[in-house]
Amino acid sequence: MGAKMVNFGGWDMPLEYSGILSEHEAVRQRAGLFDVSHMGEIEARGAGALDLVQWVTCNDAAKLIVGQAQYSGLMTDRGTFVDDLLVHKISETHFLLCVNAGNQDDDFHHILCHNRFEAKLENAGPRYSQLAIQGPRAKETLQRLTRAALDSIRYYHFLFGSVSGVECLIARTGYTGEDGFEIYFEPQFSEKLWSDLLGAGEPGGMIPCGLGARNTLRLEAGMCLYGHEIDAETTPLEAGLGWICKLGKGAFLGSAVLTRQKGNGVSHKLVGFEMLDKRIGRDGYPVSIDGREAGRVTSGGPSPSLKKNIGMAYVPRESSAIGTQIDIIIRSQSVPARIIALPFYKRPHELEKP
Amino acid sequence: MSPANYPAGYRYTKDHEWINVEGSVGTIGITDYAQHELGDVVFVELPKLGAQIKTGQSFGTVESVKAVSDVFSPVSGEVTETNSLLSDSPEKVNQDPHGTAWLIKVKLADPKEVISLMDAAAYQAYVDEKTQEQSA
Repeated sequence: MGAKMVNFGGWDMPLEYSGILSEHEAVRQRAGLFDVSHMGEIEARGAGALDLVQWVTCNDAAKLIVGQAQYSGLMTDRGTFVDDLLVHKISETHFLLCVNAGNQDDDFHHILCHNRFEAKLENAGPRYSQLAIQGPRAKETLQRLTRAALDSIRYYHFLFGSVSGVECLIARTGYTGEDGFEIYFEPQFSEKLWSDLLGAGEPGGMIPCGLGARNTLRLEAGMCLYGHEIDAETTPLEAGLGWICKLGKGAFLGSAVLTRQKGNGVSHKLVGFEMLDKRIGRDGYPVSIDGREAGRVTSGGPSPSLKKNIGMAYVPRESSAIGTQIDIIIRSQSVPARIIALPFYKRPHELEKP
Repeated sequence: MSPANYPAGYRYTKDHEWINVEGSVGTIGITDYAQHELGDVVFVELPKLGAQIKTGQSFGTVESVKAVSDVFSPVSGEVTETNSLLSDSPEKVNQDPHGTAWLIKVKLADPKEVISLMDAAAYQAYVDEKTQEQSA
């Protein structure tokens, strides 16, 4: 395949195939195929499954209907992130949690420790592979290989169907800011589905994409990455994820801390910025405001779609307004940047929101 | 990776810079191997004219989408020219690293310095070995 590989959370992952810029453009204009089999899966079953999910996550899983998915946070008792995740409601008594590769085992043990609801828990990563088909032509590409009515799957919903003869969970989700699907299936079918999907997508210009493009795409879409924007020291409120923090749903891990934080207001929050000259503010670079160090870049780099350099950073709340001038310290030099609204990129035809 | 043609007249460093000496002036760039390792180049930062640079020290950076890479000088000397093409077209570093995407020209402090650098055949062997290590 000619992929440039990188180690990511213990997995050998393709960083890029034809180049990050061309892969990024393919996803924005046509379609891209990502092997995201490293993602972890945890399943909770039984009468107590919903109560367990409600207790350990901050979004309101009781609002889900069967066949719906939800972005959420797995919380510590301090209201910070053990991980971020997608919660899929498969039945009234069965939830599939899709979590980050590097956190899977910690997540599992964390949930296990809080399982006073007698839910049956399974660390199911080895039973699943996952491919993501993303971009404006994702639907027509996937439709060539399945009779499932993809049009009927609304954003953040899923169904079970056969793709190229393989039973899959087909979810209309993604991490690129484009329309697209993530499909989950048994690992023995990985190579078959990878090559069948590439074949189906070739006429429409779909190409294989690696972790590099996945990162530039999610950054433009203003999506958080665990270990960068969110971690065990940050809360959903600080990360601008108040919309997944349902304090009215009843007590959950960290809810007391989060309720207090919401009342008092956060001391620092995540913002988006654009560089005002050609230099690039990158992950970990210090942020300075009025000559004082005020925060750090969590993710930063070139935005191939917007043709400028962008990033996200934590800054003090009083300096977080749109339009605020900040400096990014790049190799000991102050380089001007400006706080702008998130997300940086929105697809032209926004799908119906969940 | 397809085999690159490393120009026979150039000299090469272990850090993947090349230098082409004509008279007392050396033209310096990064090699095809280096640009391939970096991926899509999006920004190049070069020293000011007249800057004194020293052998083995960083004189600038080449940034790809994912990475920032220092460029180390193969020689000591004074910067007499920088490639203005790269400020608007950094992608030239990917397209023509041994030609139009040279980085700087330097008036050499000691022209004999380049003799200790690798020639094209030695550099090709060095790179082949690296490529094998990576695929092993």
